[in-house]
Amino acid sequence: MWIKIKEREVAGVKLKIFEPPRFFEAFLRGRNFAEAPDITARICGICPIAYQMSAVHAMEDACGVRVDGPLRSLRRLIYCGEWIESHTLHIYMLHAPDFLGYESAIHLAKDFRDVVQRGLQLKKVGNDIVSLLGGREIHPINVRVGGFYKAPTKADLLPLTERLNWARDAALETVRWVAKFPFPDFEQDYEFVALSHPDEYPFNEGRIVSSKLLDIAVREYDEHFLEEQVPYSNALHSVIKTRGAYFVGPMARYNLNFDKLAPMAQEAARAAGLGPECRNPFKSIIVRAVEVLHACVEALRIIDAYEPPERSALDVHPRLATGYGCTEAPRGILYHRYHIDEQGLILDAKIVPPTSQNQKTIENDLWKFVPKYIDLPLDRLTWQCEQAIRNYDPCISCATHFLKLKIERQ
Amino acid sequence: MEAKPKPKLAVWKFASCDGCQLTLLDCENDLLAIAGKMEIANFAEASRAVVKGPYDLSLVEGSITTPHDEERIHRIRRASKHLVTIGACATSGGIQALRNFKDVKEFTRIVYATPTYIETLNKSTPIADHVFVDFELRGCPINKQQLVEVISAFLNDRKPNTPLHSVCLECKLRGTVCVMVAHGTPCLGPVTHAGCGAICPAYNRGCYGCYGPKETPNTTSLAEWFNGSLGVSEPDLVRSFRGFNAYADAFLKESEAHE
Repeated sequence: MWIKIKEREVAGVKLKIFEPPRFFEAFLRGRNFAEAPDITARICGICPIAYQMSAVHAMEDACGVRVDGPLRSLRRLIYCGEWIESHTLHIYMLHAPDFLGYESAIHLAKDFRDVVQRGLQLKKVGNDIVSLLGGREIHPINVRVGGFYKAPTKADLLPLTERLNWARDAALETVRWVAKFPFPDFEQDYEFVALSHPDEYPFNEGRIVSSKLLDIAVREYDEHFLEEQVPYSNALHSVIKTRGAYFVGPMARYNLNFDKLAPMAQEAARAAGLGPECRNPFKSIIVRAVEVLHACVEALRIIDAYEPPERSALDVHPRLATGYGCTEAPRGILYHRYHIDEQGLILDAKIVPPTSQNQKTIENDLWKFVPKYIDLPLDRLTWQCEQAIRNYDPCISCATHFLKLKIERQ
Repeated sequence: MEAKPKPKLAVWKFASCDGCQLTLLDCENDLLAIAGKMEIANFAEASRAVVKGPYDLSLVEGSITTPHDEERIHRIRRASKHLVTIGACATSGGIQALRNFKDVKEFTRIVYATPTYIETLNKSTPIADHVFVDFELRGCPINKQQLVEVISAFLNDRKPNTPLHSVCLECKLRGTVCVMVAHGTPCLGPVTHAGCGAICPAYNRGCYGCYGPKETPNTTSLAEWFNGSLGVSEPDLVRSFRGFNAYADAFLKESEAHE
């Protein structure tokens, strides 16, 4: 990260991402549409389910198929698993140490072993859900266009219930724990963007809405959002046309869908000092904990109501078409668009991850945040900036713990 | 008497999805024990603390795709007593090695509006193409029990026990009916390196080769079965061998033979 300071005022901020490009959108051309979930999963080791979900929904959209019933519920369940795993990883291992003045969870564990163990075990419950339903925790193998290769029986799922009961309590403890962290006073006027669904806290379906009155179908995404390339970063920047930076992720979902959270999660949020709206990005860690709690409650509900489907997947026949998918990855909306031909070969792919949609907002935050800490020694200032960036839980590929701060003073 | 200093562990990332590094953090039951036996000296995903090298054990994830990384791997090798590559990106170039079959300049133009801002190499190559590697742990992602085995072996000064046989043996050990013989489902198991525990056939699908080619694989014969008896078209056959280990020698040669 590069910050220019001119006479003690911030004159420029650039978040320079040098993650080497792998060119997924290019090499997906010519692949079979059925390969999309497996290939796109490899974009991210922490949120492969998000990629698989956005991919299968986009392909099903192209082919005119809608997955409903138990298969739809299973998809929500596996997403619960990923939210639990990803958010808990972030809370305990990536962000809590910052708030408490430790350099890592390992350092934190020296003083608070039980707390860190709780985090690891809670993360494990999320991983176990993904592992059971998906075959393994990272790059699951059971998700396919149309459903799954193999659907679980009720008996397969029931052993998760006891673990989830424990997890729900551990999640509540987590909300209470993070609520006590010291939070800088830092509120901004963001445009929050998330999915919204009439009946549920959003995972896989819904319209794309914002706190500044955007309300569009997923297939209208390209008409309202633009990806721009900047010379100093390999990650593309996203903007809302005519308006600029926006904010995706747990806080956006929370602000736009609070009333759809499980009652227990709403209660925990209020007890933690949050209202139905939160504009302080440092408090994202509380919101993530609330979402973990919600995911535990939702997973229990799904397992309880589950009846195995007749078939593990619907037949999906390719046709010349464009398909759109947008699902709520742990870090925010993840948009996929594919053009496919009659043989099911991919002609064109567009994938917009949540973290690149937050890039501009991260930079804007730093611009506003740095002045307060401008006189700190370099290593302290670096840590403060890292903590501010970690509010967005940037996908690890953007190097969460690796920040070189270059300050240019004039 | 002073305690011996703990060996230093470093974890490095190149072009990758981070899944193999995450596997270490996913060793929930073992992570704190490992941290008790080794000093986690440099692990950007997990800690902002950086302890200077040299390192006793370096785990390297990701492939080489930029001039900067081409140079960085040499520095890491010089600073590491043992260097172990983890995952398909590091051991074979990964899925991003698909650029090796095409023109990377065209790829850059497809993804980036201003390609001149992007610095990248023509090929995605495994770490062993650049520096000597002490041990390769296969997988996409690697298996966490195998990762613990590698770290354990290193701490106890012995060779890791990671079988080289095919996935077929893992299916038999698991009691899974052969999906190819019983259901006519194409499966790369017979030519794929063990390590995953044969997950895919247990979920009613064929292996797609995450762990790369086993030693002396008979890909020619398997390709004949796919093409001749299982109705796999030539283009689908090419795609079967052009996955996460597309650039591994045996898979590379087989896919080229059918283009």
